[in-house]
Amino acid sequence: MPKAKVYITLKPALLDAQGRVLQSALQQLGFESVQGVRVGKYLEVELAPNGDPHEQVEAMCQKLLANPVIEQYRYEIEP
Amino acid sequence: MKAGVIVFPGSNCDRDAYYALRDVLGYEAEYLWHAEPRDLSEYGLVIVPGGFSYGDYLRPGAIARFARIMESLCEYAARGGLVLGVCNGFQILCEAGLLPGALTRNLSLKFRCKPVYVRVENADTPFTRRYQPGEVLQIPIAHGDGRYVCDEATLSQLRANGQILFRYCSPTGALDDAWNPNGSTDHIAGIANEGFNVLGMMPHPERACELLLGSADGRRLLAVG
Repeated sequence: MPKAKVYITLKPALLDAQGRVLQSALQQLGFESVQGVRVGKYLEVELAPNGDPHEQVEAMCQKLLANPVIEQYRYEIEP
Repeated sequence: MKAGVIVFPGSNCDRDAYYALRDVLGYEAEYLWHAEPRDLSEYGLVIVPGGFSYGDYLRPGAIARFARIMESLCEYAARGGLVLGVCNGFQILCEAGLLPGALTRNLSLKFRCKPVYVRVENADTPFTRRYQPGEVLQIPIAHGDGRYVCDEATLSQLRANGQILFRYCSPTGALDDAWNPNGSTDHIAGIANEGFNVLGMMPHPERACELLLGSADGRRLLAVG
């Protein structure tokens, strides 16, 4: 069963309010090397073995999983 | 006038909207179930209400935009029908592409539930023509994802066309970050489409229709009939 691992993050130009708080929290905990944190979403999508999984996952991302106005995405497909 | 209120699983301002339309404004109000597509041409106004449709799963409005009633709503809007999206309704209209941009997490990361002030930026639309330009209204908000964002080109277009109908402001109408409850771009509280028949806003006019509830400033917005 092919499995798609989909990573969705806010576009770099957008301020990530959660990421900013986590960055500050990490720095306060002594992780002074932290230069930035971006919070995203990780999804695992299990697919039936027929069809082109890349084509299907690309369409899913465009139609529903990501909002192209604010988000970017990438994915890997495990056979 | 007939006015409709769409109901999704997780809508929670549908009854407030229904009450405002029927009991306050005297319209013939009706609930519109999300799963039933229908001809909306006889309606003078359709409200996409606030709440947490589909539990805000994935993103607010991401699932609701694919509900069957949304096909009917898009046809209705394309023919010039008046659509008002409030709070989660605004998020749904953006997800559906009926309005540009998107609504993201409040800068404070806090759910903000309080009365705010908004300034009428364009008083020449079906929703705002009963207000004076620059008039300051007190209307409540209740949201965690209300920070409006869009790209620079869209923002320029919104400004140039007068599509920004409401901006958060101080009680005297000044624009200031201190009075922007969610960090919204350019203090945007509500925008319309290019045809001005679709309005999305985070503040709840349906909760500001009677002085008994703290403010009646939202009533004129709904008085489109």
